[in-house]
Amino acid sequence: MTLAPDKPLAPADAELQLRLDGAWLALCPLARLTPGRGVAALLPGGRQAALFLDRDGVPYAIDNRDPFTGARVLSRGLVGTAEGRPFVASPLLKQRFDLATGHCLDEDGVAVRAYEVRLHRG
Amino acid sequence: MAATPATPTPANRPTIVVVGHGMVAQRFLEALAEGGTTARARIVVFGEEPRPAYDRVRLTSYFSGSTPEDLSMVGDGFLERHGIELRLGTPVASIDTAARTVAAEDGQVLAYDTLVLATGSYPFVPPVPGSTTRGCFVYRTIEDLLAIEEYAKGARVGAVVGGGLLGLEAAGALKGLGLETHIVEFAPRLMPVQVDEGGGAALLRTVEGMGLKVHTGVGTQEITAGDAGTVEAMLLSDGSALATDLVVFSAGVRPRDQLARDAGLAVGERGGIVVDEQCRTSDPDVFAIGECALAADGRVYGLVAPGYEMAETAAAALAGEAASFTGADLSTKLKLLGVDVASFGDAHGTTGGCLDVVYSDSRSGLYKKLVVGADGTLLGGILVGDAEQYGTLRAFTGSTPPVSAEQLVLPAGAGAPAALGPAALPDEAVVCSCHNVTKGAVRGAVAEHGCTSVPEVKKCTRAGTGCGSCVKVLGQLVNAELEASGVEIDTGLCGCFGQTRQELYEIVRALRLTSYRRLLDGYGRESARGGNGCEVCKPAVGSIIASLAPTIGASGYVLEGEQAALQDTNDHFLANLQRNGSYSVVPRIPGGEITPEKLIVIGEVAREFGLYTKITGGQRIDLFGARVDQLPQIWGRLVDAGFESGHAYGKALRTVKSCVGETWCRYGVQDSVRMAIDLELRYRGLRSPHKLKSAVSGCQRECAEAQSKDFGVIATAKGWNLYVGGNGGATPRHADLLAQDLGDEELVRLIDRFLMFYIRTADRLERTSAWLERIEGGLDHVRDVVVRDSLGICAELESLMADHVAGYRDEWAETLDDPERLMRFVSFVNAPGVPDPTVRFVPERDQVKPDLPLLTIRPLDDALEGTAQR
Ligand code: SRM
Ligand SMILES: Cc1cc2nc3c(=O)[nH]c(=O)nc-3n(C[C@H](O)[C@H](O)[C@H](O)COP(=O)(O)OP(=O)(O)OC[C@H]3O[C@@H](n4cnc5c(N)ncnc54)[C@H](O)[C@@H]3O)c2cc1C
Ligand code: SF4
Ligand code: FES
Repeated sequence: MTLAPDKPLAPADAELQLRLDGAWLALCPLARLTPGRGVAALLPGGRQAALFLDRDGVPYAIDNRDPFTGARVLSRGLVGTAEGRPFVASPLLKQRFDLATGHCLDEDGVAVRAYEVRLHRG
Repeated sequence: MAATPATPTPANRPTIVVVGHGMVAQRFLEALAEGGTTARARIVVFGEEPRPAYDRVRLTSYFSGSTPEDLSMVGDGFLERHGIELRLGTPVASIDTAARTVAAEDGQVLAYDTLVLATGSYPFVPPVPGSTTRGCFVYRTIEDLLAIEEYAKGARVGAVVGGGLLGLEAAGALKGLGLETHIVEFAPRLMPVQVDEGGGAALLRTVEGMGLKVHTGVGTQEITAGDAGTVEAMLLSDGSALATDLVVFSAGVRPRDQLARDAGLAVGERGGIVVDEQCRTSDPDVFAIGECALAADGRVYGLVAPGYEMAETAAAALAGEAASFTGADLSTKLKLLGVDVASFGDAHGTTGGCLDVVYSDSRSGLYKKLVVGADGTLLGGILVGDAEQYGTLRAFTGSTPPVSAEQLVLPAGAGAPAALGPAALPDEAVVCSCHNVTKGAVRGAVAEHGCTSVPEVKKCTRAGTGCGSCVKVLGQLVNAELEASGVEIDTGLCGCFGQTRQELYEIVRALRLTSYRRLLDGYGRESARGGNGCEVCKPAVGSIIASLAPTIGASGYVLEGEQAALQDTNDHFLANLQRNGSYSVVPRIPGGEITPEKLIVIGEVAREFGLYTKITGGQRIDLFGARVDQLPQIWGRLVDAGFESGHAYGKALRTVKSCVGETWCRYGVQDSVRMAIDLELRYRGLRSPHKLKSAVSGCQRECAEAQSKDFGVIATAKGWNLYVGGNGGATPRHADLLAQDLGDEELVRLIDRFLMFYIRTADRLERTSAWLERIEGGLDHVRDVVVRDSLGICAELESLMADHVAGYRDEWAETLDDPERLMRFVSFVNAPGVPDPTVRFVPERDQVKPDLPLLTIRPLDDALEGTAQR
């Protein structure tokens, strides 16, 4: 584990973008996210994504639907680190999901979709 | 098939009849079962009382909330499992030793092969005129207590005849019932049997300091009745009269030997059924055990531990094993009154050539005496005011302690050496005298039977399950043994921190750390530093920082800066998340009191936003089904109408429930609603290891259920009784009485200290009930710390609370004032005006409920799930 600086690497006005069907979709300015927490975004077609920043300002996105309850709430969970990898714990029944892959850490074979994201300087 | 001789047929099975089903009889039955005798014999027990054996030693705890069922000593299914026949409410009237039969009062006659008398004692009532007047009681059975409790409802003053161990216990109980209480003792001091003059003086000071009125050196000459034929006054031997409504005789007990006497069995000159070392009476087929027996050493024992030993001796004799009872120790420790009094061994120094070492400080009600033999062995002692060392000292009796007696009596801080721990005890030392368990047996339970906690050791050895006075020493022994056997228990909070919550609290407080990251990077486990933490430690640290905020200079607002990232989702949105992702809204309604205007606002808000409305179990109103983007609008309306956050989402004070109290209720003795409101407003917003609940009742009838709360308050004629450690929920627990008859200020001061001490020392998600059970020394320790300030931290605890009270701000009002914070309350960061289409409702009973089937519909391209890779 590297001790990266606590300041986000990108300027606050950088734009968070998510890759959908081969194209980059602009979602919001970086400033709308708090390191260690998530927000939800509405995607074309009605899907929802949960966007997160880890403490070093690295962005992640996974599907917002908690597969255990069906509720669209993963964006409201707490972010943590397990074995060096960032995860979010569902706020409902507390199962953890790897932010990079979407795999559930507490039940084999369960996963949510993970999206590619980037910070774009306008 | 040939009959197996090992299984006796009903015809050839011997019959053992037991008379009496008290504590000792029950122990006898258990010993019979353990020794296999129950399988070989028919066993019939006659009990006079209407209920099976119960814990008479803890009788008084009925007044602090134990139910008769709690006190039962008969394990579930025990009698059935061992085929024991119990005939309750059936006193035995006579014994015919020639025919070997017993006859019950109801006429039934039963033949026995072996008879065991376990009839206990009866309370001695001095033959003064008027002693049978209505209003006179004794203190021995649950039925006695029920009768006293009922009668006390119409009484103001009570008097106890007898200032011994039981008399003081009875007096404490009367006081707890709200009576002005007097103790009349013939001897020149209280507890004359256990303590000497010096100890009596210290005891008197403390007992009087608690508001009891003590009359020593006077006898009771007559009880006079008023016009109604009920007790009116007591005439005393010094010529004075004491006006009283109720009298409890507690002037000693006498063995119940009448049955034996009538049957021609030998009885002692001063009572008691004569038995030999095997507990056999003058008829070899008849045994006598417990308080009814005159043991081979010529004594009648009025304590339960010797009775248990007799029970095991008799059971062994019946099983054909060798055992004998030749005498026992008379150690005692006074419970209940809140005064520590203990005496053990040869307390009065009757051994030839013995010497006393005494420390006395009547200013603080402290008196300690140790009796030491010429060769330095510890023979016994008396402790008044501080019985902390009782367990260890008692266990050292009969041996030479490694520290001199002079050093042992000195109080801590007055040049006393490091406390003499149980580590120094020899293996043969008896740690639990109720069950005769040695230190070696306790160590064995850990080392050989794999016990890893005090409850497990209690189960395995029975140590600590009698009077409870040894539990502290037990805890120390168990820990020492675990450590010695190299069991390393990781007590760390989680994978990120090796420290306990309490240790983290101390680090945050001492270093004034207001940042979770600095705590993690500086004090976390090596592997966790620099990471994101986890869902366990983040809210726990968030709570620690919040409860210390004013003191360490952090913002009290839980959504400030980095703190926002630590909060559980409920705290983050200042509302409770529901199954479909909607939230509930719970405004604070202090004490459950609400004006019609405010009720109307709640109704209007609910109607306007289509919220499901329900009265909660906490005397307030919950509005369910708000979308995250509706929360600010809803709260805007509520805050305007004067409502505040109810913290239904936080590990914080929830509600202080109240009953209507003296303002309206004909029984009420204090204004319970006002007190509930005051307490709720004082502690609102206080973040703690788990949620905190409270209630205030206006009288003993307890309509507010205060004894099921973390801190509960019940009004008395003179003030308030404070109960702590109650719990409803999954593991209900009745609260323990912490202090009695407090004035308003004293009550608040004690609650301040109690809560801050809990917040400081509890584990994460540990309710006060579990904390009180776990913390070393239990209730006694907590009382020492918060009432007597034994750690000298009360001033600090009070100032922490004062900081909290001064720094309180309503979280919702603050949030509404800040546009930036409000930006968080949107369903979608990229579409602020759009509501979440999956949060929908369907009708039910004229209101709404979540549309759950909607959530089971998965997005169309969900087939990709499970294969997604980056
Ligand atoms: C709303 C209410 C039920 C009701 O409709 O009446 C309720 C609802 C919940 N209770 Fe409760 N409890 C409610 C009164 C109680 C009571 C009764 C009381 O307070 O007098 C108890 C038993 C008393 C006690 O706590 O000792 C109670 C014992 C629990 C417990 C078990 C606690 C325990 O120590 O075993 C939990 C679980 C926990 O906290 O870990 C719990 C947890 C919950 C949670 C927070 C579960 C959750 O995490 O989602 C529920 C969510 C409420 C929401 O979404 O708004 N609730 N809950 C009551 C709110 C009272 C209020 O005004 O604040
Ligand atoms: C308030 C209180 C506090 C106490 N505190 C302590 C303490 O801290 N430490 C301690 O060591 N001891 C204490 N004791 C004493 C302890 O309770 C007794 O030593 C113990 O109960 C004796 O047990 P036992 O079985 O011999 O008698 P008991 O428990 O009295 O049982 C005898 C039973 O026999 C029944 N019986 C009597 N005659 C008949 C009959 N003819 N037919 C059928 N049934 C009959 C009685 O109704 C009774 O139920 C306390 C006692 C009281 C009352
Ligand atoms: S607890 Fe007492 S004062 Fe309060 S309502 Fe009940 S009966 Fe009345
Ligand atoms: S000494 Fe009474 S329970 Fe151990």
